[in-house]
Amino acid sequence: MSTSALVGETYRRRLIVFYIPLFLFVFAMLFPFFWMLITSIKTDAELYNRRISPFLVRDPTLEHWRMLFQDTLFLQWTWNTLWVATVSTGISLFAGVLGGYALARLTFRGSTVFSVWIFITYLVPPALLFIPLTGVMSFFGLVDSRVSLMFAYPTFLVPFCIWLLIGYFQTIPKELEECARIDGATRVQAMVKIVLPLAVPGILSAGIFAFTLSWNEFLYALVFLSSPENKTVPVGVTGELILGDVFFWGPLMAGALFGSVPVAIVYSFFVEHYVSGMTGAVKG
Amino acid sequence: MAQILLKDLYKTYGETPAVRGINLTIDENEFVVLVGPSGCGKTTTLRMIAGLEHITDGEIYIGERLINDVPPRDRDIAMVFQNYALYPHMTVHENMSFGLRLRKLPKDEIQRRVKEAADILDIGELLARRPKQLSGGQRQRVAMGRAIVRNPEAFLFDEPLSNLDAKLRVQMRTEIKLIHQRVRTTVVYVTHDQVEAMTLADRIVVMNDGIVEQVASPQEMYDNPSTRFVAGFIGSPSMNFLPCKLTGNGSGLSVILSDGIRLNVPADREGRYRDYLDRDLTFGIRPEHLTEQRQHTNADQQDFSCQVGVLEPMGIDTMVFMNIEGEDVCARAAPKSVKNPGEDMLFTIDMQNMHLIDPGTDKVL
Repeated sequence: MSTSALVGETYRRRLIVFYIPLFLFVFAMLFPFFWMLITSIKTDAELYNRRISPFLVRDPTLEHWRMLFQDTLFLQWTWNTLWVATVSTGISLFAGVLGGYALARLTFRGSTVFSVWIFITYLVPPALLFIPLTGVMSFFGLVDSRVSLMFAYPTFLVPFCIWLLIGYFQTIPKELEECARIDGATRVQAMVKIVLPLAVPGILSAGIFAFTLSWNEFLYALVFLSSPENKTVPVGVTGELILGDVFFWGPLMAGALFGSVPVAIVYSFFVEHYVSGMTGAVKG
Repeated sequence: MAQILLKDLYKTYGETPAVRGINLTIDENEFVVLVGPSGCGKTTTLRMIAGLEHITDGEIYIGERLINDVPPRDRDIAMVFQNYALYPHMTVHENMSFGLRLRKLPKDEIQRRVKEAADILDIGELLARRPKQLSGGQRQRVAMGRAIVRNPEAFLFDEPLSNLDAKLRVQMRTEIKLIHQRVRTTVVYVTHDQVEAMTLADRIVVMNDGIVEQVASPQEMYDNPSTRFVAGFIGSPSMNFLPCKLTGNGSGLSVILSDGIRLNVPADREGRYRDYLDRDLTFGIRPEHLTEQRQHTNADQQDFSCQVGVLEPMGIDTMVFMNIEGEDVCARAAPKSVKNPGEDMLFTIDMQNMHLIDPGTDKVL
């Protein structure tokens, strides 16, 4: 076989096993964003005209965006979501780091059983929990308050963070801490000065996940919040822009697009740490 | 620089005993090596001294101080781990100064000590690097440097050379010895390698199955092992063990190894062995005391003939394996004197270096 034929061969192989699947994947990932974008900038007349191609925009308009920002409380919802997601992520990471460290490092009676139970609590579907949780929230007078979500989201985020961080802490050699403790550190100092800096990728991964989960959460937000000014983006957009059977497609898509931007930014910022966090491995 | 005293030390994990009653005094500035097969409790013992394992029973003193309940950081010891345990996110300098910074020493004092240790270990130009950028030997040095700067009462080493390749291991072994000569301090060193133990130790502690088999200087350990385990563990290739019978031969004593091999016991040992007359015992002889036929240099060297089994040339010597009454026996012979496998060969055995072991107690008589 000649060299050029060989090159052609490898190129074809790469095309089939790599580029075509990659293209399909990227297409499937990005098409919804494309759809959101063009829908949000079409006029209503164009949106409902079935005789023209739906993939092209003839007469772009910012009317839907204006409506989203001026006629609804969208900015307030975004602020609510950001606030709730940040606080519940913070609470969950704090509890997750301490819990994950304890379960990975300290051996106490029943520690294995305990970590399994934490995993099981993560498996309890929120759809079952929201009814009793509503009772709890009303007992504390938190119904229709953003604070209710800040307490509700950690119920599934904390087990998740603990579980993820147990795995990460276990990849950090125990000797590092033992050495630090002999060197003169207390257990807490060894954790803060040695283990936590090395666990940053894992903590970031847990944080990104927790943030995304709370950003997108729908059920609790729908049940606990009723006043428009308290709603989060997913609930606000679907609640205020779908009236009965009327879908305001333009503003809906504009809201969906704008709502996914912060998460995308967070991801792209930490993507390197995130990848190494998911693959683990701290080398000594 | 302090004495370390272990008193009736016990450690059990659940129901499983790991260390079963150790008594040991490690003198000031002494280099003591704990050696034994894996699972013998040597690392557990070291970790109890370090404070990383809870002590089930017994007492540990460093200097005058009972340290059973003293946390590791207050024991004033330094430890070098098998995987070095360098902090990956810190430079070499930060690694070495970590303990000093925690103790809030003045900056110039920290600088001075790090520089001093770096000079001793010849790692001055590595101070700005991170552990990832170092070779195995360099990491090893940094780990020792981190211990040296602390200027502790005692150094603990947990199999520090086992992650290095064979050549570097020998080199670092010499270096550790050199450093101990320069930085006089008490050292407790754990290894499973008897060569490391022999070459480094002032005194060796051979452990087996959670107990101390023998404590002695390397030479004493080699010449006069107290149990069958020690006799077999120290020395390479290890000692040959053969079932034998001790009989009288008129004027003195002999051991009978087989129908054809009957060897006279040196006259000065007769008093020691007389009580065991006509008993079934185990005869022990090291390969280096069983050679090709040579000019006798003392009256206790005797010759016997045996068929050659397998040959293992080592260069300087050839290991000759033969079979005596079903037991494999190894002799160390000059390469040129060796006969072919299957042929009979004459051997000289130096009975002054023989050992007799009571198979009931496994004690060397």
